[in-house]
Amino acid sequence: MNRSYQIALRYAAALAVLAAAGFLLPQWAVFLLNLALSKGLVVLGLLVLWRTGLISFGQALYFCIGGYVVGMAGLYLDLHDAFVLLAFGTALSLAVAVLVGFLVARYRQIFFAMLSLAFSMILYGVLVKTEALGSTDGFNVGRPTFLGYAPEGEALAIVSYLFTLAASAAGAFTVWLYLRSTLGHLTTAIRDNEVRVEYLGVSVRGAIHAKVVLAGALAGAGGVLSALAVGHVDPEMAYWTTSGEFVFVTILAGTGNVVAPFLGSALFELLRTYAFQYTPYTWQMVLGGTLLLLILFLPDGIWSLLSRRKAAPSTRREA
Amino acid sequence: MLTAIAIGVDGLVYASWLFLVAVGLTLIFGVMKILNVAHGSLYAFGAYGAATMVGIYTQAGLAPLGAFAMLLVAALIVGVVLGVVMERGLLRFMYQRDEVIIVLVTYAAFLVLEDLIKLIWGVDPYYASEPYGLLGISEISDLVFSNYDLSLIVMAVVVGGLLWVAVNRTRWGKLLQAVIHDREMSEAFGINVSRVYTVTFVVGAVLGALGGALTAPMISVTPGIGVEVIVLAFAVVVIGGMGSVPGAAIGSLIVGISRAAAVHLLPEVELFVIYAVMSGVLVLRPQGLFGQTFAKRI
Repeated sequence: MNRSYQIALRYAAALAVLAAAGFLLPQWAVFLLNLALSKGLVVLGLLVLWRTGLISFGQALYFCIGGYVVGMAGLYLDLHDAFVLLAFGTALSLAVAVLVGFLVARYRQIFFAMLSLAFSMILYGVLVKTEALGSTDGFNVGRPTFLGYAPEGEALAIVSYLFTLAASAAGAFTVWLYLRSTLGHLTTAIRDNEVRVEYLGVSVRGAIHAKVVLAGALAGAGGVLSALAVGHVDPEMAYWTTSGEFVFVTILAGTGNVVAPFLGSALFELLRTYAFQYTPYTWQMVLGGTLLLLILFLPDGIWSLLSRRKAAPSTRREA
Repeated sequence: MLTAIAIGVDGLVYASWLFLVAVGLTLIFGVMKILNVAHGSLYAFGAYGAATMVGIYTQAGLAPLGAFAMLLVAALIVGVVLGVVMERGLLRFMYQRDEVIIVLVTYAAFLVLEDLIKLIWGVDPYYASEPYGLLGISEISDLVFSNYDLSLIVMAVVVGGLLWVAVNRTRWGKLLQAVIHDREMSEAFGINVSRVYTVTFVVGAVLGALGGALTAPMISVTPGIGVEVIVLAFAVVVIGGMGSVPGAAIGSLIVGISRAAAVHLLPEVELFVIYAVMSGVLVLRPQGLFGQTFAKRI
């Protein structure tokens, strides 16, 4: 009891430091953190899938839906409240994930990855070809309000960041609770041996469906938040390279802890910013090299460096 | 009627192009169970290599028809060099890892190769249009088609035919089938599996580069051309059944015809008709049209 209390205290302290950072850090750094946390939510969903042995090359589908909810609700419905947009975007991606889940829950391995990818590319195609949806230009997103409070300039950046921070913390807490539930424990179990899980009397397909929905809702929330942070949405959000980035961050972060995705995401944004600044033509090469080194030498991601215990049983499967 | 002919010919041309681009991917997957994301980079390297070779060749002022040979030579050089480097230098260390991890390894290779292209060739576009103009045009009942496009159909048939003969009628093909069927047993019978893997990967890489080299005369070769091709090739391969060469042919035809139909009849859906077809096929037949099913491990 004492120990879990300590851990909770530590996380609360980390949260307070992050919140304070919003006031202390320069604006570009706050923006970077804001974006990193938003995308961290998407990676958080991938963490749940990854622990189940699934990898989705199509999370950009939900990410983009979330983003476009912000863009279109602002333009057509004159909705600008961040809370409403977040709820709306998350609900819509959740609904889409329920539908998509019926199809993808039957697949594993590469087929799961590819079918997810196909759906995100369909959305990309639709967006690029439809004028009413902004075509290749996408939408600019208006300034969000927060329950009637309409900050501007630097205040907006800070409030928007705090909003993202709160949403990310809520997301991480939800996933943490989920992973402790019976359904949540059916992640590694399914990865290790599906047939035996079925023998236990659990529907593997149902469990995977639930995970797809959870991951989709998280990715949608991430899309809403990053659209609010960036102030613009375009079809690139649905392109497969965006999904690839999320997968990259999942590997970078490791799946040992629900905080890892946010850490990995922040590191990724930093890495990208600096790599892009110093070697604009070779930043992808830096990313690719990093990915290779990670797979070879740090298969459990950077989180395995932080956890003091001897690294938990590796996520690798012996072929 | 004209529309039907246009759809038919455009569809065939597009299908042939897709087949040339995708067949290397399916060959590698069929034998090695590796989904090679870097296939798109091989395609891009092939296109750049071809553009460079054709450029040099044209400047030298030799017989113009030789430019076609340059396309093939470029594909061969690019494919062999990159194929050997990737397989021997990287993938060989990953074979005991999970399939999905290997996908990520090839994704990393893709990221590296994409920038390598920018380092070698810069970001300005390259053109290799000489072979395209050289063949002229032909008319099929009032519709004008470029002969180069039509020659792709011939190329696809030749490549597909050669591959079929190689797999089904040669000693090498027999060895390959044994390895596909049961890797360990083949090893026990004295087949040099690691050499079969290397050869397969290099052949697949050459085919990927060939797809790019043959495309080079039709487009302006710019950075990023490989990115889209990867997902297109995936779609084709998944539709046909991963690892099946006849499947890739059928998949290309389905995708080619449906895209041509979309372009002529319903342009709005052109960009995603391929993925719609892919999803549809996967929903009805998860293993693809020609794919095999595998038993689950207990």
